[in-house]
Amino acid sequence: MAHDFAAQILEGSNRAAARLISWLEDEDERAYECMKEIYPHTGRAFVVGITGSPGAGKSTLTNALAREIRQSGLKVGILAVDPSSPFTGGALLGDRVRMSDLADDPDIYIRSMATRGFLGGMAKAASDVVKVLDALGKDVIVIETVGVGQDEVDIVGVADTTCVVLVPGLGDAIQSMKAGIMEIADVFVINKADRPGADMLCAEVSARIEMDAHLRERGWVAPVNKSVAVEGVGVHELWLSIEAHRKYLFDSGRFYESRREKIAKEALRMIHGELFRVVREQLEQSGRLDAAVEKLMNKKLDPYTLMRDTLTEWLSSSQCKRRHDEDTKG
Amino acid sequence: MAQKIKMIMAKPGLDGHDRGAKLLARVCAEAGMEVVYTGLRQTPEMIVAAAEQEDADVVGLSSLSGVHNYFFPKVVELMKQKGLEDVLLVGGGIIPEEDYDFLKKSGMNAIFGPGTPTGAIVDFIKENVRKR
Ligand code: B12
Ligand SMILES: Nc1nc2c(ncn2[C@@H]2O[C@H](COP(=O)(O)OP(=O)(O)OP(=O)(O)O)[C@@H](O)[C@H]2O)c(=O)[nH]1
Ligand SMILES: [Mg+2]
Repeated sequence: MAHDFAAQILEGSNRAAARLISWLEDEDERAYECMKEIYPHTGRAFVVGITGSPGAGKSTLTNALAREIRQSGLKVGILAVDPSSPFTGGALLGDRVRMSDLADDPDIYIRSMATRGFLGGMAKAASDVVKVLDALGKDVIVIETVGVGQDEVDIVGVADTTCVVLVPGLGDAIQSMKAGIMEIADVFVINKADRPGADMLCAEVSARIEMDAHLRERGWVAPVNKSVAVEGVGVHELWLSIEAHRKYLFDSGRFYESRREKIAKEALRMIHGELFRVVREQLEQSGRLDAAVEKLMNKKLDPYTLMRDTLTEWLSSSQCKRRHDEDTKG
Repeated sequence: MAQKIKMIMAKPGLDGHDRGAKLLARVCAEAGMEVVYTGLRQTPEMIVAAAEQEDADVVGLSSLSGVHNYFFPKVVELMKQKGLEDVLLVGGGIIPEEDYDFLKKSGMNAIFGPGTPTGAIVDFIKENVRKR
């Protein structure tokens, strides 16, 4: 079945892609065989991240950008992330409201996703979903993060070009000095440029970029664009900036480097996640976690020792040993 | 991680009454579902495309302007054409009771009129939604 699914996705079946994405979100075992099959067909699409504070106009801009990209004949996948409620686990996913005019273009695929408790401004499965959309034949994948604060910067782990959307009237110069979100921008967008204060914000951000250039030598200096997303103004220029960055990535060799870093991090994150899940399950189900916590509470044990003991025990478990022996045998 | 119910809440046609749809979207989210609100002025084609891309388990249609007898069956038909028969279809708004039969026969799973306690709607969805 995994094989059929993968084949359907590679042939462009939205429905098969949609189901695979659901399985990925649910961490359903059925997803992994399919992912294995489509993996060789991924890595081709260019990934653009759109991030910024809540209500900055990310969805409206994503909508306009998608239309602009379609002008050049490229197929577009959109991943729009909204927060889950920490109390009920449910989510109201509203980004699609701003993307109504893309709804009847068969070469655009929009998927809304909830964070499901994952921090960092993204959904946990985001990088997996990018692969599915890539295999589905989308040329450019645009990811809209949740409305972020200052350090929710996980988008850089997935996007080739990250666009940070700022709006006038939300903060002063001090705000633009802060680290985190400001540092991840490959392209800045001052949206809602129809509002007062846009020019000033533009000047502040440009000054900040200039300052950064003195502190650190960089091959790429983030351009500052202005846009009025509701009217589509400045969106063509934004796309030109993104394309310029893409060209820079390729010409400088950064593209290869950065993809390599991302793949390494992703592999480690997946191994980390699965190892932790297995260890945790074992500790919880055997009742050993409870027992250890009791001891920690009474100060009969300290977490440092617990951590080391757990590690030692796992590494010397029969499975691990066999694995190790096999590996050293060659 | 457990499966979550994914729902599309849509307003077909030119009807601008969105209070009920927004209320219900919130109620369902509070009940633990992931609800995609599509906004106003959706054609049946747009609604069905969204249902397919989002892999929706439930599609909710809200109509208060008297166009339900045209739009609801149209959505049902397009869903069938796309092979999305196992998706639960529920509707609500200002719909005269004498239309309920026709709408159910044409493929809607349930219709809920004004004054329905929202809890009853949530229960209906949870009891009848598919497993994927
Ligand atoms: C508030 C209101 C408005 C507001 C709308 C504000 C808004 N943004 O929603 C305003 C003032 C803008 C408005 C305008 C108009 N209105 Co008006 N409006 C109403 C009114 C008084 C209440 C509607 C409402 O919000 N109810 C509260 C919500 C929570 O209830 P609900 O939507 O019914 O939802 C419940 C259920 O139906 C169900 N449900 C609803 N949707 C769904 C979806 C699913 C999937 C499910 C499972 C359940 C479900 O669950 C909810 C909870 O129980 C109704 C009369 C009435 N008593 O219903 C007239 C009414 C709907 N309006 C009417 C009319 C005619 C108009 C106008 C055309 C008037 C005009 N000539 O200009 C305009 C048209 C606007 C437009 N662009 O479409 C008529 C419609 C007649 C018809 N169907 O043939 C009504 C019935 C009044 C009447 N008796 O004549 N209206
Ligand atoms: N004046 C003005 N309003 C805009 C502009 N772009 C977007 N808006 C409005 O800003 C509001 C928020 O827009 P969205 O696109 O939903 O913003 P968002 O960043 O996606 O919001 P979240 O996803 O909730 O964080 C909407 O009412 C838009 O119409 C703009 O350029 N100028
Ligand atoms: Mg948005």
